[in-house]
Amino acid sequence: MFQVRIHGRGGQGVVTAAEILSVAAFDEGRHAQAFPSFGSERTGAPVVSFCRIDDREIRTHEPVMEPDAVIIQDVTLIHQVDLFSGLSPDGYVLINTSRGFSELGFGNFFNEYRSERLMTCPATDIALEQIGRPFPNAALLGGFAALTGEITLAAIDKAVREHFVGSVGERNAAAAATAFDYVTSKAGEVARASTN
Amino acid sequence: MTSQRVHFYQIGSFAVGNRLLDQEERTVQAQADRANSIDSGHRACQGCGEALGARYALDAAMRATNGQIVAVNATGCLEVFSTPYPETSWRIPWLHSLFGNAPAVATGVAAALRVKGVKDVRVVAQAGDGGTVDIGFGCLSGMFERNDDVLFICYDNQGYMNTGVQRSAATPPAARTATTEAVGPEPGNTFGQGKDLPRIAMAHNIPYVATATVADLHDLERKVERAMEIRGARYLHILVPCPLGWGSASDETIHVARLAKESGLFPVFEAEGGVIRSVSRIRRPVPVEEYLSLQRRFAHLFGAHPRPDVIARIQSMADENIARYGLFAPESAEESV
Amino acid sequence: MLRQIEGSRAIAETVALCRPEVVCAYPISPQTHIIEAVGAMVKAGTLAPCEFINVESEFAAMSVAIGASATGARAYTATASQGLLFMMEAVYNAAGLGLPIVMTLANRAIGAPINIWNDHSDAMAVRDSGWIQLFAESNQEAADLHVQAFLLAEELSVPVMVCVDGFILTHAVEGIDLLEQSFVDSFLPPYEPRQVLDTKAPVSIGAMVGPEAFEEVRYLAHLRQLDALERIPEIAQEFFEATGRESGGLVRPYRIEDAEVIVVAMGSVLGTLKDTVDERRNAGELVGVLGVTSFRPFPSEAVRNALANASQVVVLEKAFSIGAGGVLSTDIAIAMHRDETILRTVVAGLGGRAITRRSLEKVLEDASHNQLAPLTFLDLDHEAVDRERARMQATRRSGPSAENLLRDRNTVSQGAKE
Repeated sequence: MFQVRIHGRGGQGVVTAAEILSVAAFDEGRHAQAFPSFGSERTGAPVVSFCRIDDREIRTHEPVMEPDAVIIQDVTLIHQVDLFSGLSPDGYVLINTSRGFSELGFGNFFNEYRSERLMTCPATDIALEQIGRPFPNAALLGGFAALTGEITLAAIDKAVREHFVGSVGERNAAAAATAFDYVTSKAGEVARASTN
Repeated sequence: MTSQRVHFYQIGSFAVGNRLLDQEERTVQAQADRANSIDSGHRACQGCGEALGARYALDAAMRATNGQIVAVNATGCLEVFSTPYPETSWRIPWLHSLFGNAPAVATGVAAALRVKGVKDVRVVAQAGDGGTVDIGFGCLSGMFERNDDVLFICYDNQGYMNTGVQRSAATPPAARTATTEAVGPEPGNTFGQGKDLPRIAMAHNIPYVATATVADLHDLERKVERAMEIRGARYLHILVPCPLGWGSASDETIHVARLAKESGLFPVFEAEGGVIRSVSRIRRPVPVEEYLSLQRRFAHLFGAHPRPDVIARIQSMADENIARYGLFAPESAEESV
Repeated sequence: MLRQIEGSRAIAETVALCRPEVVCAYPISPQTHIIEAVGAMVKAGTLAPCEFINVESEFAAMSVAIGASATGARAYTATASQGLLFMMEAVYNAAGLGLPIVMTLANRAIGAPINIWNDHSDAMAVRDSGWIQLFAESNQEAADLHVQAFLLAEELSVPVMVCVDGFILTHAVEGIDLLEQSFVDSFLPPYEPRQVLDTKAPVSIGAMVGPEAFEEVRYLAHLRQLDALERIPEIAQEFFEATGRESGGLVRPYRIEDAEVIVVAMGSVLGTLKDTVDERRNAGELVGVLGVTSFRPFPSEAVRNALANASQVVVLEKAFSIGAGGVLSTDIAIAMHRDETILRTVVAGLGGRAITRRSLEKVLEDASHNQLAPLTFLDLDHEAVDRERARMQATRRSGPSAENLLRDRNTVSQGAKE
């Protein structure tokens, strides 16, 4: 089972992101479960959502305690919320920011982690460029596909177009593709740097 | 009664004698084929105004709809005296659910009829004043606001009579009830409280609101029939004296009801679309004492320690009604509404 | 058709397949997504004929359903928590009148302190009302149960409550196989009421009944629930034969054949429990799970048979009777009537506290070593409670305990992080 935790703020579409990811996995013939960290609906408050992906039926309904990947939609949550609780050293981290991972002031926190699995992606910038509005969801999911390989870009593309109809879907799909390429090339750089 | 002229009006009731009217103008109750919606043999007290009002109102609704009435009833005197199982007095389909939900239950009945495409069957919901102005008020307001196709009738006897005469938000000031005893410096119910439900109903902008008393049964029947011509939420507020709770003689029910209207304490009017269309004018003005003194619930205002100050406050309430509704009119003598 | 959708959406679409004629609703979390979706279908005309009525309270919602059902319409509503309590008088009334209303209960805690998250306190509060109460383990079952609920309700003239864990199921997006309209139409015949407000054949419904017949009326209601004990498994079997899905029924055993310890529970925690049991089994422990689907009527015989060979039964409950203990446990104890079996109650998941596999593993481990107390509160912060007890001891005006405890726990957890 692959478990994802998404952190963001109310109104940024944290729940939608988990749902689209689960639909993408479902479209690929896998079992998936997405659910929010149930709270009152307040814009701007820290919000968490979860997504599980498995090849078998998913029976559990506990929150994701030990995620395989953490997606951070809002970089201002860093140092405010316990974002990486339960994340194993093999886990993936994708943070929405135009800054590099090493610029975020984590210090030695990620020393034990695999650096090629720690990634930032300017998803909001991509969204502003492609969609014209600061909704980073689709871009982050494209980046997630590139980073983890847990889902294909094609599945993300399809799920995004299912969720957002018409031209909005087109533009969100474009944002996902852009972020996918961004993360793919950045991962390539990291890989080359570590082999050199 | 020596000076009473027996001519067109009978015994000062102002009610037109049926025998003097054309056949089609006679009351529903004068017809041999009346529906008898609530049949004889029920367990209401002698002189019960509510039993009388309900019988007239429902039979009028039955005539207006060719017998296609479903009734919903709140808990209360009417429900209790009409139905100790299996001795039901109801000859129409009748549903009692709870004290506070009759308007909502009626909404459900109306919705079911609508969804089934039944247009000819109409819904009447009925409750006492407690089930209307107090515990049923939320549901009533909701039913009004949605403009559901229900005629809601409040039989107002100004208190919780079934439970032993306690105060409701329809109990008048100074009236003695079991929870507003006639003791202390301000005996009886408090001034400045209570709800004027007909006006609250009008504020919902429902198509039809009317008041009536059991003293003018022609008027009551006519208002029910008018209400049945209209679709949407309609409200009829009928004053029904309670000999038990009011301490009035059981053969004075009609008289007491008439004095409530003639004193101005209970304005009788009709409103459509939130606007008053007609008012039953006062024919023979009477001071409120004449009405109050017939009821033991106001006995503490008279007798050895009279309270003219309290009576004056009640009179001023009547005067306000007279001014607000224009209950005195120059041409009042022959006008029927 | 298998779709990846939210539980609430699946419930709403399944309810629509049942062709309800009157749907009334008052919004309360976490029921909202269900009624929003049904409302939209009525508004769009895809669910027709149907009257969708926005009422002013839950009390009115159930009352409208009562009126509609007594007039022969198939009536549906949904609520949760405070809403269920606010309509409680009408909940009892619907059952007393024998009106086959179906209601979804998106299970949620009851305040004070106000809490919007999941537990089973609301369902337990109306367990004696005369409603049939079915608990869904998954969203698939939640959706399927509604079809069975309408059939059961209308056959027996008893209202049915489908209990679905709020948020955990209602807001989870999962792969759910939705039924076809043609199947539902064949499975669920049109509603034929036993009693109806009909101007052609007038009856009085809801008349006063005195001591001379009241007990008989109540006993008849009990017999109808006993009838349901027969029909619930039959309906589940018919459903299984048609769909291949094990939805409904009285109880659902999982790996209990040789189990020494059996955990009994209701609702969505069963999935997590099954995963936990698999893990403990791999570690060599003989453990199993018994899910109770039908809480009312209570399937005493099925429970007794399922638990017959266990040496220890652990009842995991998302509610409890304050001052007494487990609620489901009491029913289980009466059903087992066996002194030689150890019965333990674990209260868990109150007010949405996550029931984690880690904590469940500890429960099973303790049970296997016979170290569970008769009544355990899972993951309870005893120290925080002790500190509040001390504050109450120290000063008369100690203030509102709920706020004190919240402040206490936040301070401690923040201190631990730093």
